Amino acid sequence: MNGLRLAFNYLRIGIMNEFQYRANLYIQILQTFIALGTGLIGLNLVFSQTSELGGWNRTELLAVMGVFIMMGGIIRAAIQPNMERLMEEIRQGLLDFALTKPADAQLLISIREFRLWQLVDVITGLVVLGVALSQMNWLIGVWSVLAFFSALVMGAVMIYCFWLIVTSTAFWFVRVHEIANLFEGLYAAGRWPVGIYPTWLRMALTFIIPVAFAVTVPAEALTGRLSLQTWLGALALTITLFIASRALLKFGLKSYSGASA
Amino acid sequence: MKRYFDYYTSMMKLSVLEQWQYPVANYFYMIGMIAEPVIYMVVWSAVANQQGGMVGGYTPGTFAAYYIVWTLVRQMNIAFTPYGWEWRIREGRLSTTLLRPIHPLHEDVAFFAGWKVVMIILWIPLAFALSLIFKPELNPTLLEGMVFFVAIWMAYLIRTITLSLLGMVTFWTTRVSALFELYFAAELILSGRLVPLSLMPTWVQELAWFFPFRWAFGYPIEVLVGQMSMNELFIGLGMQLAWILFGGIVVNLIWKVAIRRFSAVGG
Repeated sequence: MNGLRLAFNYLRIGIMNEFQYRANLYIQILQTFIALGTGLIGLNLVFSQTSELGGWNRTELLAVMGVFIMMGGIIRAAIQPNMERLMEEIRQGLLDFALTKPADAQLLISIREFRLWQLVDVITGLVVLGVALSQMNWLIGVWSVLAFFSALVMGAVMIYCFWLIVTSTAFWFVRVHEIANLFEGLYAAGRWPVGIYPTWLRMALTFIIPVAFAVTVPAEALTGRLSLQTWLGALALTITLFIASRALLKFGLKSYSGASA
Repeated sequence: MKRYFDYYTSMMKLSVLEQWQYPVANYFYMIGMIAEPVIYMVVWSAVANQQGGMVGGYTPGTFAAYYIVWTLVRQMNIAFTPYGWEWRIREGRLSTTLLRPIHPLHEDVAFFAGWKVVMIILWIPLAFALSLIFKPELNPTLLEGMVFFVAIWMAYLIRTITLSLLGMVTFWTTRVSALFELYFAAELILSGRLVPLSLMPTWVQELAWFFPFRWAFGYPIEVLVGQMSMNELFIGLGMQLAWILFGGIVVNLIWKVAIRRFSAVGG
């Protein structure tokens, strides 16, 4: 309960911070529209040549794109800024200020930053998803909605755990910025369902960088392709990754000396 | 002339020595860039397979060739970014370079040209690995190879010119990120970076003829991968040369006007 109150307070501060820079909202809207435009052009080019790709038709891939944009917004609003701050603080020895506070270290380092304007992406993603679903003449079933939202939450948690694991390596290796760069490149693979990639790449996008679970699986839930096995597998992987990332962070904190703060 | 030659060789040498110190960082940077063409390659190979093995004149093998050559041309396209210009002008960093008895643009051109040498060496094993995985169909003639070699360096000059022009807008206003974003979106579509231009609707292909983007990106790739006639090969080189001359003149004119607006404290 205390943790929730703490998270809420940090969220409030983050939002107040963002309101100081309102012009950034317009820049964000423009960026989102350009990204959406180029995404739609890519989709149209593909479907001007073919009527389906890897068993997905045009509207279904539009739904995948909606989930992709939405999840990207969630990552950039709440996950990536926190992890980049942690990386920087480990490098500069400033993490002491967080560690001395009387709260769980992992909770604290995960809630300190929030980029409100990135929610433009979340809203845009939802709109794209809505358009796709209405074109599909989709009948809203309780189960697919539940499966979709649970898959979305699990996907976000997995991406968070992945980031936490990568960031924790900063306790031992200093140059990890390039890895953040690499993540952005590979996340772009989520724009298309992972089924179209060659096996080795599909495995990497499923188990090493969980893009498959973050984008493809929620989209599968909405288009009625998600099997119970996949859902249970996602649940198992989420729990495993969470435990592993927490253990790695704890282990890393032990070797952190922060002499300079 | 000799003065410039000496300046370029020593600046490039410096840049090679500097960048060679960070092979790992340079490699991660490169691998991060490789995700993009691999995604395009896989998507378009899947489309080609679905259409009976060929789409827009490309087979999965030639798509692989296109996007592997893409990775080299992408490296050649790296030049001093307009965001760098913004920083340089906003923070007054330009002051130091202005004091030197040589045009500041020469430093950019020479430094990045030296970096290219390191990047090309690092690129070779990567290209080899990609070729093993994706099996490109690539049989260039000797002439095509030679034209390609010239074309990628001309492409580098064209992109340096266009990015510098864009960056110089910062002399007048520092609210430029919107403009930069629009530029990069137009470039993505009209250059052949997203897909080979032959897959675009005809009017887009005709439009692309009039912009510098395709001459700095798509054209060098097509030299090596596509079946270009002798005529097309040399028309392309001519267009590149025309853009360099025209762009060079425009950069110089704008620079003369712009530099009078520049004022900085310290730097």
